[in-house]
Amino acid sequence: MEGRGHIVHEKAQTLPPPVMSVGIARWLKDNLFSSPSNVVLTFVVIYVLWLIVPPFLDWAIFDAVWYATSRAECWDTGDGACWAVVVTRFDQFVYGDYPVSERWRANLAFVLLFVALAPVLFDGIPWRRHLVGFSIAYPVVAYILLIGGFGLPEVETARFGGFLLTIVIGITGISASLPLGILLALGRQSDLFIIRVLCVAFIEFIRGVPLITLLFVASTLLNYFMPPGTSFNLLVRVLIMVTLFSAAYLAEVIRGGLQAMPAGQYEAAKSLGLPYWKTMRLVILPQALKISIPGIVNSFIALYKDTTLVIIIGLLDPLGIGKATLSDTTWQGLSTEVYVFVAIFFFLCCFGMSRYSAWLERRLHTGH
Amino acid sequence: MTDQDVPTSQEAVTGTISDEVVIDITSMNKWFGDFHVLKDINLTVYRGERIVICGPSGSGKSTMIRCINRLEKHQRGKVEVDGIELTDNIKKMDQVRREVGMVFQHFNLFPHLTVLENCTLAPIWVRRMPRADAEETAMRYLERVKIPEQASKFPGQLSGGQQQRVAIARSLCMEPRVMLFDEPTSALDPEMIKEVLEVMVDLAESGMTMLCVTHEMGFARQVANRVIFMDEGQIVEQAPPTEFFRNPKSDRTKLFLSQILHSEA
Repeated sequence: MEGRGHIVHEKAQTLPPPVMSVGIARWLKDNLFSSPSNVVLTFVVIYVLWLIVPPFLDWAIFDAVWYATSRAECWDTGDGACWAVVVTRFDQFVYGDYPVSERWRANLAFVLLFVALAPVLFDGIPWRRHLVGFSIAYPVVAYILLIGGFGLPEVETARFGGFLLTIVIGITGISASLPLGILLALGRQSDLFIIRVLCVAFIEFIRGVPLITLLFVASTLLNYFMPPGTSFNLLVRVLIMVTLFSAAYLAEVIRGGLQAMPAGQYEAAKSLGLPYWKTMRLVILPQALKISIPGIVNSFIALYKDTTLVIIIGLLDPLGIGKATLSDTTWQGLSTEVYVFVAIFFFLCCFGMSRYSAWLERRLHTGH
Repeated sequence: MTDQDVPTSQEAVTGTISDEVVIDITSMNKWFGDFHVLKDINLTVYRGERIVICGPSGSGKSTMIRCINRLEKHQRGKVEVDGIELTDNIKKMDQVRREVGMVFQHFNLFPHLTVLENCTLAPIWVRRMPRADAEETAMRYLERVKIPEQASKFPGQLSGGQQQRVAIARSLCMEPRVMLFDEPTSALDPEMIKEVLEVMVDLAESGMTMLCVTHEMGFARQVANRVIFMDEGQIVEQAPPTEFFRNPKSDRTKLFLSQILHSEA
């Protein structure tokens, strides 16, 4: 063979890939029992789960008490969780002090929220173009429903509470801070000196101050700046502060995405004659925001959970309601149940955002 | 140099050149920091001209053509395109850029848009063309670069040669009066260079005014009516291709040609 050339006269056959053995057994072997150390790890984890899960299920479900009038009654009936506290106070956890006769308005606003979000979040929705119009009008609709007007009796925002309050602050903060964050990120990269300096100063100031401080400022100090006599609703002030706070963080996340854009994209857009704003809207931001999705959603989740901080300026968010409930002598001592319940609510919301962002990333993948 | 160096297999492109000035550069100078990249450039381009610019790397070829649509700003001298002087006036710049197409070494397609959307973006948003018309124009140019079947794909799914042809089509959709090519084949695998060059030859035959920075000397011979040699930020020599290749005047040109043609053979 040595020194001799090698010539192939026929084309090599194209063969299908080898069939992998599939099924549960194969999956288990590949993922859980692939090596001795993996086998050990698997059994350790199973043992730990066996220690934790059954007792938890006993406590949370099988031995739990769902209906009772007081803690004492709960403890007479069963050994498990006393969910009766949550069941009894459920309406308060959901609406806070929102008047009972007007709660249908909050419910309707909540349902319409999904109608408004659907065309923004998903592009396969039928009649999307028309529904987007509703999405834009939704803030006004929600305002009228929740606060009043057009014949609906007015409800003071001080009576908002519970999940209703969380959702109002969370959704408003998220939807207002994203556009503001984008503008700040663009401003920070602007060629115009004044705009750049203002944006950097704003971002650095807000990031350098704890949200709690801003909320205190919102609840007290702002009044000094306003002309005497102007009363500025506390909830509105909180909404502004939460939005500004989140926008500063978002601006930095989005700036990261903008900086990842190759110069060639700007040059290509310029060379086609696209002006600045069109370049940003059509070429740069769609790509930069896509890269930034994990960071943006991270900020949204943080904002959503930070809404609980309003408790310190006297707004009754779910934690506030929980605290009030626990200070009631009938239910004293049930903090585990109350906080587990609130935790489940927050987890469902945040996990939903996380899943949506994972889906969106897959959806926007175009093979580059 | 002998006559054998000049290939005769391909017919040279002969287009009509009018006496209308499209680009007029007078004593243009540019610095990158302290580095003097462009030194006293003077160049007049007439409608229908096909100019190939060559020279060693770092000689300022790319910078020069990038000054023509102001992707780079010149610091001294004057550049006029279609009678509009290039200044900081953004509106006028966008007006100039609409009429000057550019093809880049690294294609710079928009990866989040399909091939068709890449081609219709500027006509719709800059020329305010109705979508249906823009798509029709785009398909016409995609057919011309022989790639209409890829219209609904994303750039990331195409080969380098296909991407560069899409980039050419994208520029042509704006129906520019001048096309600038900045080393359009330098990032391509050898077997893809040909398909891009064929498209460019076809474009030259249609009478497009072209300025092309390239190392493809075969292309220069076949297409150019003028070859410009640059070195160290200067235009050292310019001549019709037959004369340029057979009878270079300056020593620097001779050296460059001997190096580049040696490696080509």
